[in-house]
Amino acid sequence: MAATKRPGRLLRNLNGKIAAVPMILTTLVVFLGGTLWTVLYSFTNSKLLPRTNFVGFDQYERLWASSRWNTSIENLLIYGVFSLVFTISVGFVLAVLMDQKIRFEDTFRTIMLYPFALSFIVTGLVWQWILNPEFGIQHIVRSMGWESFVFSPLTNPDLVLYGLLIAGLWQGTGFVMCIMLAGLRGIDEDIWKAARVDGIPAWKTYTIIIIPMMRPVFITTLVLVASGIIKLYDLVVAQTSGGPGTASQVPAMYVYDYMFQAQNLGQGFAASTMMLLSVLIVLIPWAYLEFGGKKHG
Amino acid sequence: MKTFKLATALAASVALPSIGLATELEVTHWWTSGGEAAAVAELAKAFDAAGDKWIDGAIAGGGGTARPIMISRITGGDPMGATQFNHGQQALELVEAGLMLDLTDVAEANNWKDIVYPPSLLDSCTVDGRIYCAPVNIHSPEWLWLSNKAYADAGIPVPTNWNEFVASAPALEAAGKIPLALGNQPWQSNLAFGAMTVAVAGLDVWKQVNVEKNMDVAAGAEMAAVFQAAADARKFAAKSNVQDWNQATNLVISGQAGGQIMGDWAQGEFQVAGQVAGTDYTCLPGLGLNAYLSTGGDAFYFPKLQDADKEAAQKRLAALMVSPEVQVAFNLKKGSLPIRGDIDLAAANDCMKKGLEILASGNLVPSGDQVWSPDVQKQNEDLMVEFWKSDMDPGAAHAQWVENLKSGL
Repeated sequence: MAATKRPGRLLRNLNGKIAAVPMILTTLVVFLGGTLWTVLYSFTNSKLLPRTNFVGFDQYERLWASSRWNTSIENLLIYGVFSLVFTISVGFVLAVLMDQKIRFEDTFRTIMLYPFALSFIVTGLVWQWILNPEFGIQHIVRSMGWESFVFSPLTNPDLVLYGLLIAGLWQGTGFVMCIMLAGLRGIDEDIWKAARVDGIPAWKTYTIIIIPMMRPVFITTLVLVASGIIKLYDLVVAQTSGGPGTASQVPAMYVYDYMFQAQNLGQGFAASTMMLLSVLIVLIPWAYLEFGGKKHG
Repeated sequence: MKTFKLATALAASVALPSIGLATELEVTHWWTSGGEAAAVAELAKAFDAAGDKWIDGAIAGGGGTARPIMISRITGGDPMGATQFNHGQQALELVEAGLMLDLTDVAEANNWKDIVYPPSLLDSCTVDGRIYCAPVNIHSPEWLWLSNKAYADAGIPVPTNWNEFVASAPALEAAGKIPLALGNQPWQSNLAFGAMTVAVAGLDVWKQVNVEKNMDVAAGAEMAAVFQAAADARKFAAKSNVQDWNQATNLVISGQAGGQIMGDWAQGEFQVAGQVAGTDYTCLPGLGLNAYLSTGGDAFYFPKLQDADKEAAQKRLAALMVSPEVQVAFNLKKGSLPIRGDIDLAAANDCMKKGLEILASGNLVPSGDQVWSPDVQKQNEDLMVEFWKSDMDPGAAHAQWVENLKSGL
């Protein structure tokens, strides 16, 4: 295939570029266009229908004065920190245990990953029943004889977040474990042999050698888990509906309720813009670490 | 299941193109519980009998779920033939944007102005002097439902008003009962507070705040007393861990709870459970203190369609919904009050008759949906559910409540 003339950069692999046009248009118009439109209209006093009556930062002032929104943000922070720490650490420990050349690894892997195959709605409902004081754990323990046993996190405003967290961890940990396991399998066997020759204990090999080598895996997991946390909605709707009171509200529920139930688009848009901002806060450091770092390395 | 039925109905409508001259209208609503579905079937039957075709578009999950779907369909260019909303401001912007059919000629031909009672129902349908909706029923939220069994178990007489209820609460608690059943959904807390406002502060204060929108009264001592009373009442509901209103009603039916503040739709649950008003349960309209009712309820709106035949069918349906025969059949099944005073509901039970008496006496106020925008309503719901389900300071809640009302002025 002796080409007489190299095609220009723009025309190289033309078929591929034409095939990508619909997706690029979708991204530009639907995602980017929709995002910009939302941000623009968050500065208006739109009610049921979008209107271009600009009111500056009024919607944002009301948003941050709202006690429900502030509770939502606080809940998201608490849930987010616990969820990140526990899914990643528990997921990693499980992956390490799986990696010890155990028997029935496939079976265990399937069991661990199974919850991830359920939707959050199912997970939420299942755990709502398990944690229900009249039917779930509390009832079972009491019927075994411990009459004064109390375990009902979903009806206690101080504990309800941890009830959510249990369900979230149950669902998400298996998935993290699988990513981590893939990362561990990607480590060259020779490194282990070298460490063993040097007489380094296994736990030290993991903390000093393996974990630093798995940095990209950890960062990817972090981003996947973090973006899942910010858009947390269906689990809460199914498990607690934001209650008791407003104790387990999350930002995504505020957006939906104000856009559609309160018929106040401006307020909903302002809240969703704040959510976009928090996604960017997660994504920008990741993009910097992933793509910015390579130039130097 | 509903979607499946709808899909079958749609498929059937494609497979069997219009037999005769029947015009099909899709009607969306959120009436999916047993009694509600039976009531809708009455409307459908009457419409089909008149020679048109009712295509049922029930949306499960209550108004909060259904309204966004309805509004998206109307604004998104896929309007249905007719749709349910509550009386009031929920569809106001859709009307203002010119998306709804003007029913003024139907109203004039059928003399709605003279027959619809109370007239505030028709006022809620009126925008700039034109009528845009057909009211179908009246629901009032200010009822206290009491379990006779719970009081018999505790060995005390059934209270006859809210004050006696409050006084009897400790005895109920001692007998291992939950004095007040309250579901966790935000609107239920807001409803309970609204009912208590009239019971504790009285009708005048309620009207000054909600109708005349006097913010000085809203911030005043009378309302502070209501917040204090609600702060006391929330302790009675502390052990009530249920979510939906009908689960809370079930606590009353089974005698686990003493009472519940809930709208007259709760009556359907007592009926389904085979209970008899007066012997198994007691109902106190206006919490037994101020015998008044607020007249919210349901109305049907008709989105504009680009089809003259369908428009004629829409107007036929609107006239039909207000007609006396349909009003009687529909409201008996629904357990709600009719929107016209000139018909006889002899088959109504005791509680419904109490409601009819109050309606006839004219002790009526508009509902929250009629006087405040959905935005204010939602903010108050958020505030009330937080207030009722936590130990929030009554003073702080009061101040926030006034702010919420001011945002809707």
